[in-house]
Amino acid sequence: MHELGIVFYIIKDVKEAAAENGVSHVDAVVMNIGEVSTVVPEYLTDCWRWAADKEAVLQGCELKIHSIPAVSYCEDCRTEFETVRFGKTCPHCQSGKTYLLRGNEVEIKEIEVMNQ
Amino acid sequence: MDEVKIIEIKKSVYADNDAAAGVLRQELKARGVYLLNLMSSPGSGKTTTLIRTINLIKDKIRVAVMEADIDSDVDAVKIKQATGIESIQLHTGGMCHLDAGMTRQGLENLAPGGADLVILENVGNLVCPAEFDTGAVCNAMILSVPEGDDKPLKYPLMFSVCDLVLVNKTDVLPYFDFDLDRCREHVRMRNPKARVIPICAKTGEGVDAFAAWLLEQVAAWKTN
Repeated sequence: MHELGIVFYIIKDVKEAAAENGVSHVDAVVMNIGEVSTVVPEYLTDCWRWAADKEAVLQGCELKIHSIPAVSYCEDCRTEFETVRFGKTCPHCQSGKTYLLRGNEVEIKEIEVMNQ
Repeated sequence: MDEVKIIEIKKSVYADNDAAAGVLRQELKARGVYLLNLMSSPGSGKTTTLIRTINLIKDKIRVAVMEADIDSDVDAVKIKQATGIESIQLHTGGMCHLDAGMTRQGLENLAPGGADLVILENVGNLVCPAEFDTGAVCNAMILSVPEGDDKPLKYPLMFSVCDLVLVNKTDVLPYFDFDLDRCREHVRMRNPKARVIPICAKTGEGVDAFAAWLLEQVAAWKTN
């Protein structure tokens, strides 16, 4: 259940951003969640609902998840491929010398506030 | 009419923890304290391995242990009774991992200036602890034989953040379909720098190699 720990980090960052921008209530938080970030979106939104409603500035605030597909790169044949489908082995040349280009993000993209 | 205003943030959730961990590591360097973050699945033999190892090195360097668990203090008590060194229990309050802030709090509860090596026994879990930098100088993990040699394939992040993999319970190798060479290969795929040391905490086999590795690491951290 690391999603709960992650939710506490999100809440802290969002509250700081709200204070910096003089916002008294946040209506939505948009997250970039990579496909291989090991964060389960459903768990994240469940934990979010439980924890966010305890904060005045976040009551009823929606957590929107923007999923980022995972893409890996092969150092040997210099091509990109879908990480989830092929894993660590390049589907073009079978090399294991590959690394993740994107898809492990756990990032707060933006917050949405109604004009107050 | 209400209009929605978008405020861009673009910040990794891990950014604050990563920064706090970096600061903690610098402080540890200045104080000459080596912090090892030891991770594994539950039941892989972390506590037994630590008892064996600490008894081999406690006359050479000063060692302290911080045990992190969701509840109870059985591990901290066990370490203290079996080795006589300082051992404290941290409770994560239901969380599946420790972060840099919790690690700092733990370190503040140890006797000041009392240790060259502090070993943090993280919560038994192969997923979450790998994501949160504790501020440790080095991450190590224990993979026990009954878990299987394919674990590095299933939990890639854990194996990519660890520079030392202890393969524990080698005494049961004949009874399991665990191939040590295949395991080394799987670890190498995730982290070419990682060292693999086979040990058996129960019989003591190989534990001296881990102890020697720890002594070298601590000496290098204090001098470089």
